[in-house]
Amino acid sequence: MSKFSKKRSKSEPTVSTASLPDIIFMLLFFFMMVTVLRDATVKVEVIVPQATELTKLEKKSLVNYIYIGKPKEKADIVRYGNAPRIQLGDKFAEPTDIPLYMEQHRITVPEVQRPQITTSLRVDGKVTMGIVSDVKEQLRKSGQLKINYSARPRQGDLR
Amino acid sequence: MLKKRGDSRSRVNTEINAGSMADIAFLLLIFFLVTTTIEVDKGILVRLPPWSEEEPESADVQKRNLISVLVNANNDLLVNGEPEELSSLKDRITDFITNPTKSENKPKSPDKAIVSLQNDRGTNYDTYLTVYNELQRAYRELRDEEADKRFGTVFDNLTRDQKKEIIEVYPMKLSEAESTDFGEE
Repeated sequence: MSKFSKKRSKSEPTVSTASLPDIIFMLLFFFMMVTVLRDATVKVEVIVPQATELTKLEKKSLVNYIYIGKPKEKADIVRYGNAPRIQLGDKFAEPTDIPLYMEQHRITVPEVQRPQITTSLRVDGKVTMGIVSDVKEQLRKSGQLKINYSARPRQGDLR
Repeated sequence: MLKKRGDSRSRVNTEINAGSMADIAFLLLIFFLVTTTIEVDKGILVRLPPWSEEEPESADVQKRNLISVLVNANNDLLVNGEPEELSSLKDRITDFITNPTKSENKPKSPDKAIVSLQNDRGTNYDTYLTVYNELQRAYRELRDEEADKRFGTVFDNLTRDQKKEIIEVYPMKLSEAESTDFGEE
């Protein structure tokens, strides 16, 4: 019996930390994959409506975002009022600015992928259709026909 | 001489200390954790009709093939002239497309049905999208049913050719008229 205890005391038990970096790297790669670096801060209030027939947006580099909603910040409310506004990139815009904005993105995309460019309309549920119709008309004029009305999954039944 | 040198080299521990590797990786990990927004961007995919300056030709559509859905500025629904609730809209559309009672006022076959959607400039976007969603849901459920009957699975799992076959039976012909401007925005 004493022989066993002697042997034990001689060796120092340490947990090997050599594999720790590997584990961390694995987590790191996971988060690097799922990360979407936001290129613009959203300046308007957008709570998208609920829907059931949802499609996932695929290639992020082929997606343009148009935000429509009431200005969020006080300074913007003072300047633009409480009416819903359009946000393109990181600034407020008029519907007539859309074709140029779309073209600027289009020329950065390889020609083969251009038909797949999608415009994601992130519109607040309380906005009226007038401004949305104007945006749709401009999109049609600039030949961006593939659009995606952003929505979140519906919870519960319809009303 | 040479031999001696080699000996001394092998004695020195030449391993790189990997202990700080974990710290570096942690730092990067925390950075990505903070910047990550696991944003599932989903939505209703729509194809707009191309823009043309000319007036669209008035297609010769038989009245029995057309169902018109109007949404006014008060977010009320009017389907073929009758008031309708959002919750029963899908069933109404499904009933119109399939025409189970072989009515004279509904299309002879599902592929002839045309849904016309018109909204006001004062309609809530929320309501508009819900209506659009219900129209798509009606078609999706019909297609799923047909796919199940023919291939024993849901529409999304079919191959391209099989999908085409189903779409021929239930083509979604949706025509969006220009918004009216009666209500307040």
